[in-house]
Amino acid sequence: MNTSRLAAMARHPLALPLIALIVLLVVNRAFNATFFHIESKDGHLFGSLIDILNRASPLALVALGMTPVIATRGVDVSVGAVVAICAAVAAVLIGGQMHVENGVEVYVSNVPMPLAILAALAVGLICGLWNGTLVSVVGMQPIIATLILMVAGRGIAQLLTSGQIITIYYQPYFFLGAGYLFGLPFSLFIVAAVLLLLWLLTQRTALGLFITAIGINPVASYFAGVKARAITLWVFGFCGLTAAMAGLMISSNVKSADGNNAGLLMELDAILAVTLGGTSLGGGKFSLIGTVIGALIIQTLTYTTWSLGVPPEANLVVKAVVVFIVCVTQSDQLRQWLVRKPLEA
Amino acid sequence: MNLPLWRTGRLTDPRTLPLLITLALFIAMFAYGSLAYRGFFSLQVFLNLFIDNAFLLIVAIGMTFVVISGGIDLSVGGLVALTTMISATLAQNHHWPIWIVIPLVLALGALFGAFQGVLIQYFRLQPFIVTLGGLFLTRGLCFLVNIESITITDPAYTQLSEFRVHLGEYAITTNVLIAAVAFAAAIWLAHFRPFGRYVYAIGGNEKSALLMGLPVARTKVLVYTLSGFCAALGGVTFTFYMLSGYGLHAQGMELDAIAATVIGGTLLTGGVGYLTGTLFGVLILGVIQTLITFDGTLSSWWTRIVIGALLCVFCVMQRLLEKHTTGRQKHRSDITPVSGGRRETTPATAATARTGTLDQLA
Repeated sequence: MNTSRLAAMARHPLALPLIALIVLLVVNRAFNATFFHIESKDGHLFGSLIDILNRASPLALVALGMTPVIATRGVDVSVGAVVAICAAVAAVLIGGQMHVENGVEVYVSNVPMPLAILAALAVGLICGLWNGTLVSVVGMQPIIATLILMVAGRGIAQLLTSGQIITIYYQPYFFLGAGYLFGLPFSLFIVAAVLLLLWLLTQRTALGLFITAIGINPVASYFAGVKARAITLWVFGFCGLTAAMAGLMISSNVKSADGNNAGLLMELDAILAVTLGGTSLGGGKFSLIGTVIGALIIQTLTYTTWSLGVPPEANLVVKAVVVFIVCVTQSDQLRQWLVRKPLEA
Repeated sequence: MNLPLWRTGRLTDPRTLPLLITLALFIAMFAYGSLAYRGFFSLQVFLNLFIDNAFLLIVAIGMTFVVISGGIDLSVGGLVALTTMISATLAQNHHWPIWIVIPLVLALGALFGAFQGVLIQYFRLQPFIVTLGGLFLTRGLCFLVNIESITITDPAYTQLSEFRVHLGEYAITTNVLIAAVAFAAAIWLAHFRPFGRYVYAIGGNEKSALLMGLPVARTKVLVYTLSGFCAALGGVTFTFYMLSGYGLHAQGMELDAIAATVIGGTLLTGGVGYLTGTLFGVLILGVIQTLITFDGTLSSWWTRIVIGALLCVFCVMQRLLEKHTTGRQKHRSDITPVSGGRRETTPATAATARTGTLDQLA
């Protein structure tokens, strides 16, 4: 009885990513005795685990937005460029200066901060909807449709910042990426909110079913009355919105916006996170929690290579090997080959 | 039956129309530059387009084959960088002779392409995710070899880099000669060899190609092998062009190569495309850069924006032509494939049609 329950747990789609994450954490613990230590300073929690969670947040946001896109059998390779555009919008609008008046530091922004944040989010949404329009209305392949913005996006971001790295001098804005709430980094609450919203939308309404239906068979779902076009459009729009949030978070964390390097190769990391989490690239199957675990695996991997003293560039090689392994293990072909040979005990 | 060209229907044939538009666009852009800027209208400016883009043309040739077969290869930029890195390390730091280094890197490129092809064909993986992994791997390997940029002072490399063929008062470089040979070989391969037919057939309809008894698996692996080889050859010419090896070389070149291919009229759904189109696609990207250089007031990021806009225009045009032709065929044969005659326009449809078929056959 007990063994069968264990077997069922092992077959759970989240089992593999979770085991991978735990193995990585244990490896880190083996090299660094203080890895699991979390201490509280001034009511803020500090430690390697908190650091990993905090740094994984932008990637988790982008990957969460990407999950429904991939579930509808699409892909959005423009998210890195959208991150750069939105960071640029926020940085240009806020800019900011610090004056000292009567011994009190006063921060002045070019445009009120809520307005700047809303503008950046709106730009992200527009970018996403533009991708969605090309995919669902014009009918392009998703990778090509989003490739257009990927090519042009970095140009647009540099146009906004006039090719410069724009530094932000506005203290309140830094709360977004580096602030603390109830002792935890504020970025964690944003990720949790997005995760909760997506979970409610996909599990408590029929939307999740529609998204999987489109991913399994777009034509059949269309004839079954699913509004495939509108859903595809808004799924891409949402992906742009989460990329904008990540852009805000990154620019607030590093206190600047760099049109060339903000969110560089992020699209690849996001796709990798989604795949690691058990979402099928062929569409029709997705896991939101899995995506978050995927993002954590990638960030832990980065942390591990750093703490092992391997050059950070080697990270790319490790990620590539992970991509190949994950893809091959996910492929039906491999399963067929394995099944064909019966187990001989 | 000597009909004038405009009555043969070839001008409006959806297969050649994008090519003609590309050609017209190139001429218009060059004419605009000639009128707007002094010194633009010269043979050397035209030849410089080839000199500065020889490596892109070579890479785009490989990409054209891949796209015609219905796939995509995102790893080429990384492979170019890796080739420059390996060449520089071997030639500069280990003093290997050039006639060993170049065949070695070309073989490595082809081998890497074959590896990706095997993953795509035999594990039924999506080309874009496999080659994305390839991009990670090649860029990462560059930095494992060396993080710094390596300048090449090896005499064989510098001589080949400085070699010029003089045509009167104008000159072309070694790279242009290599690109010309590669282009001629690619035309021969695409239009005068069975391999080319197979590639077009697979891109048109993989299921049909399989049922016809064509060697689908072998051809698809070979297509990615060819693309890897072309990327390595592009890397060799890039080494001549820059005389250095660096892991950040050729960033975003995969995007330029895809853009050149698409602007050249190759359909991203596969089956349709011409290498001549890719040539003019590369030249158009070159002209955009030259125009911005001549203008002097425009910043470099406009290149990316213009390329993105052109890519968008050509993709939308492809879709419209596709809809137009399917509509015409439907009318002609009087068969409506789906009830109501309304075509499902969800983008994944095309992908389903291609990827889904083999699994059903197996």
